[in-house]
Amino acid sequence: MLEIVTTRHNPLVDPVLSVWSWEIPVYLFFGGMIAGMMVLAGLNMLKLARGERAEGFYSVQTPILGFVLMNLGMGALFLDLAHKLYVYNVYLAFEPTSPMSWGSWILLLVYPVILVSALIRLPQAWPWLGERLPVLERLSQAIVGRPGNLRALGVANVVVGIGLGIYTGILLSTMVARPLWNSAILGPLFLVSGLSAAAAMVHLMASLVPGHPAPRSFLGGALAMLVQPLGERAPEPRTADGLVKADLVFLAVELVLIGLLFIGLASSSASHVASLELLLTGKYATLFWSVVILAGIVVPLLLQWLELGHRIPHTILPALLVLAGGFALRWVMVGAGQASHLVAATGL
Amino acid sequence: MPRFGMVIDTLKCVGCMDCVVACQTENDVPHGYCRDWIVTETRGEFPNLSMEIRSERCNHCDNPPCVTCCPTGASHVEPFGKTVQVTASKCIGCKACLSACPYGARFVHPDGYADKCTFCLHRVKDGLDPACVSVCPTHCMTFGDLDDPKSAVNQLLHSRKHHSLLPEAGTKPRVFYLT
Repeated sequence: MLEIVTTRHNPLVDPVLSVWSWEIPVYLFFGGMIAGMMVLAGLNMLKLARGERAEGFYSVQTPILGFVLMNLGMGALFLDLAHKLYVYNVYLAFEPTSPMSWGSWILLLVYPVILVSALIRLPQAWPWLGERLPVLERLSQAIVGRPGNLRALGVANVVVGIGLGIYTGILLSTMVARPLWNSAILGPLFLVSGLSAAAAMVHLMASLVPGHPAPRSFLGGALAMLVQPLGERAPEPRTADGLVKADLVFLAVELVLIGLLFIGLASSSASHVASLELLLTGKYATLFWSVVILAGIVVPLLLQWLELGHRIPHTILPALLVLAGGFALRWVMVGAGQASHLVAATGL
Repeated sequence: MPRFGMVIDTLKCVGCMDCVVACQTENDVPHGYCRDWIVTETRGEFPNLSMEIRSERCNHCDNPPCVTCCPTGASHVEPFGKTVQVTASKCIGCKACLSACPYGARFVHPDGYADKCTFCLHRVKDGLDPACVSVCPTHCMTFGDLDDPKSAVNQLLHSRKHHSLLPEAGTKPRVFYLT
């Protein structure tokens, strides 16, 4: 028998560490999804640069949406900070051992890449602005019309996107005090989950307003450009199928990575095994198995497989489920990871 | 340059919490928070029970994960005494250090920055012991330079059985408990 009584009672630390609430899962989810959108967009920019037909591929046309989501994610991150007025200190230092420092500087790279990428589509997606600022059209042509520029932008999107996606996992995985997070699998897992959420988000956005011309008013155009990545062009079936196929691969890889994470934890120290219990049978098990695994991965896998075989019609349901599952994964990992802790060897 | 550490005799500690109150008074720790605390660990089966009472705090680790994860350098190793300190004006309140600490030694000060035991560096610079050490009625705590072979802390560590907390974390804590 081992009984431990402590007089410590610090808020957010006792009885269970709970310093990160909803803000961090929201930030990690948006960050991962934007990373995925950048990778998808970058790959298709490379296709365009090679002269292949990729204009219709939705992801090339979603950096504007990515920019807005990025700001929402950064807003959530800012809300989480307890010493908000001192946030500028992040950019007065570079701490090479701190994943958060790396992430802050990566985010500084994300903004220009995403904004330049947005220029490709901005004049057509928001005609009101395009007509008043003809320079936007010239900039857009300077990117699309020159394969070298498009290739460079594509590479920048892929590299920065992968960096951002992996960072969201590494941020958690470097903490020795939290056994559930302390796995190198977390970086790739969050990257693939982000790619899957990105494919779902692009698919969802493209399905909402397919093939309608962009409103010419100021406000209508501004709002429509966020949810109308296709503009006047109707979606080509092959691009929708392409997104579904990509999502199938991402979901399958995500499932394999979760399996590897579990094997790693189950075969590690007592602390790691105890942390795994939080997901297997503990407080987070219901949410993890029902939303993350079943609704977020297994059901969309099945539905999208049936859609590709033309056994059921295309719907937005798999995309919605994938997004819900992607967010739930961050929610569960952030919560359960904080609850996990090192078990003293003398207490075993 | 010294490398400060603390040795606490669990056979002398009675868990009176004088150290906790002294710390709160000396460092103006906000109400409802604590930089040090008492842990009572009981093990065995009745009637064969053993008990260890420990006064715990930040371990001022030689390999501090709270410092390596800090994005601004607010958490840092102070050259004097190689203790782990927080510069409040550099801290953004991201709480990464709270997650990284295996001992739960840190908390968010109501003003927003990460806070914890400083080994009362302001007192030590004046040649005094930390507040907790100076008030202990059983003299169970000893503070000093771990790099000085003649220091009281080293004498105790060489002459008595001792342990530290979660050494398997690899943080190399510098608070030791005599058993």
